[in-house]
Amino acid sequence: MKHFGSPTKAILAALGLAAMTAPALAQQGLDEPFQKPFKEALAGKTVAYVPVAMNFDLTEGWYAGLKKELEPFGVKFVIRDANWNTNAGAQAVTSLISEKPAVMVVHNPDVQTYAKLLQRAENEGIYVIQINMGSAYRSSAFVGANWVEIGERQTEAVVKACEGKSNKIAIIQGALSAAASAYTLKGVENVLAKHPEIKVVSSQAADWDAAKAKAITQTVLKQNPDLCGIVGFWDGMDIGTAAAVKEAGLTGKVFVATSGGGERKGACELVKSGAFDLNMSYDVPTQAAQMAGTIKWLLSSGVKPGSIKGSEYTTLIPITKENADGQTACWNLSDLKK
Amino acid sequence: MKRFRFNQQEIVFAVFALLFLVFSIFLRGFLTADNMLTLLQNVAVLGILGLAMAIVVIGRGIDISLIAALAVPPGLVLQMVQNGHSLPASLLTAVLLTIAFGLVNGWLIAYAEVPSLFATLATGLLLAGLGQAALFQLDVVQWSPGMDGFERLGQGTVLGIPTSIWMFAIACIVVAFLLRKTRWGAYIYAIGDNPYAARVTGIPARPIIVLQYVITALIGCFAGLVMAASVNSMPTRVFNSTLIYDVILVVVLGGIGLSGGRGGVLNVVIGTLVIGTMLNGMTIMDISYAGQNLIKGVVLLLAVITDSFLNPRNEETAQQGDI
Repeated sequence: MKHFGSPTKAILAALGLAAMTAPALAQQGLDEPFQKPFKEALAGKTVAYVPVAMNFDLTEGWYAGLKKELEPFGVKFVIRDANWNTNAGAQAVTSLISEKPAVMVVHNPDVQTYAKLLQRAENEGIYVIQINMGSAYRSSAFVGANWVEIGERQTEAVVKACEGKSNKIAIIQGALSAAASAYTLKGVENVLAKHPEIKVVSSQAADWDAAKAKAITQTVLKQNPDLCGIVGFWDGMDIGTAAAVKEAGLTGKVFVATSGGGERKGACELVKSGAFDLNMSYDVPTQAAQMAGTIKWLLSSGVKPGSIKGSEYTTLIPITKENADGQTACWNLSDLKK
Repeated sequence: MKRFRFNQQEIVFAVFALLFLVFSIFLRGFLTADNMLTLLQNVAVLGILGLAMAIVVIGRGIDISLIAALAVPPGLVLQMVQNGHSLPASLLTAVLLTIAFGLVNGWLIAYAEVPSLFATLATGLLLAGLGQAALFQLDVVQWSPGMDGFERLGQGTVLGIPTSIWMFAIACIVVAFLLRKTRWGAYIYAIGDNPYAARVTGIPARPIIVLQYVITALIGCFAGLVMAASVNSMPTRVFNSTLIYDVILVVVLGGIGLSGGRGGVLNVVIGTLVIGTMLNGMTIMDISYAGQNLIKGVVLLLAVITDSFLNPRNEETAQQGDI
């Protein structure tokens, strides 16, 4: 009983014990000691959002999801819409560094452009979260799809669909400068290396453009009417791919695999209609929730920006005819915005 | 001494014939009826846009805002139908918007006398921005069940020929009729050749210029509807693409001088065929994207250089407005 050696201490300890039990006896509330610092850490903080462009399902979805989670805690938002202009985006990031928001959520147009800037931002004390398209610099957190995995799983599905058929496939890439497109292609190559029987009759970039994807697919289908599958890199573009397949009367015969954010009209509806056979979804609302969770954690932890780094790769949802009707496979932007 | 003089139209036609011949001999699967139809189908929208651009270029103008007219009014149709409006009401709204847009363009150029390049550069941004900010929820406007049936404008075949080719053909006939058979058409040539002389001779130059831009915007909107029907959606982001350069290329490559007053529908058709043949051949050969751009650039440069060697510019042919 070394601690209670002195009578004063013993009395104090007894009093303390009494103070702790007293409220419970008196049926009073108990203050949870951590929520107040948490609220203070978030209130009035600014989150800056720099997407490659607003107005499409992914970036609108992330923004709506972030706002829904963080605005009730008094977090303020600023958007810097790069509108597909890499220079404008770099300028936005540069000016944000001097404006000093607490957190920057950045959607990179490519691997290099923002890398140095993001490093500078973290040195200046801004947490940087990169979404879906990462840069060469690993910041506090990366939340997003593993493009290599997307390419692999799409190609595996196409290879499987081709069994016993012509084994001829086509690849519709996105824009050549986009890392997402190059990583996906790597995934495609990984699988094709294991399947030498598969012949790639065409592998072209359609620049994320539905009309171009349609033109390429039409020409490829005329040359190879026995094509058994197409690996497309984005559902927004592969609407054109699917339209070409439909026009050739080959819906159901040519397996169309694509990927996207899982918005109902762009994903589930098109899988149901038979336009796509597989749409690998990186479920935007979940990504938004993970980002919001990370922001809450970072702000409340008080950890120095850039001192810890981690990744949260998205668990992919393969949307096929089986689950396209379900409530959970896809999401509605209008609901997320409510 | 008599010299052979080729004009650009003949040079480009020769390039087209050469390309076609080479592809036919060396590319298996190029010279088939199916592939020819695909080739035309793939450039039909570009061709329609080329016709629209030809009208203003002949009148010594240029319309950089054409892609906005292609993207925004048809996008509005899809969006309105998605929001529950009827298809005819949506189409009417889009047409009215297009006409208003053409009137603004025309007024700026004809009455406010802003150079067409700058006027349409600004109005195009304005319309695209309006679409993005106020009209569309997402920049790819999806097809909705209310539009069913309308996709036949850009999909399927009539008498074995894809409908988009028919649409291009119809647009060719309408524009050819307008330019060659109507008084307005003759006025457009006169204004393009020499706007001051045209005005002195009593041609209502300003109203005709306004008319040009309204017609161009309407044809642009039509091309957009065909495009939307063909890919079952309207990717309004197309405004940010390099499509406008392709359109100008078709027009200039076909031999419609930017100095105005020359050329016609045939030039657009030839320009479109050259681009179509190149794209189709390169897709069959599975040439990489960078390689395709390189080849496109080289072929175009050759055409332009040949033209300037054979038809050197002088004080008479070089006019204000020649870019």
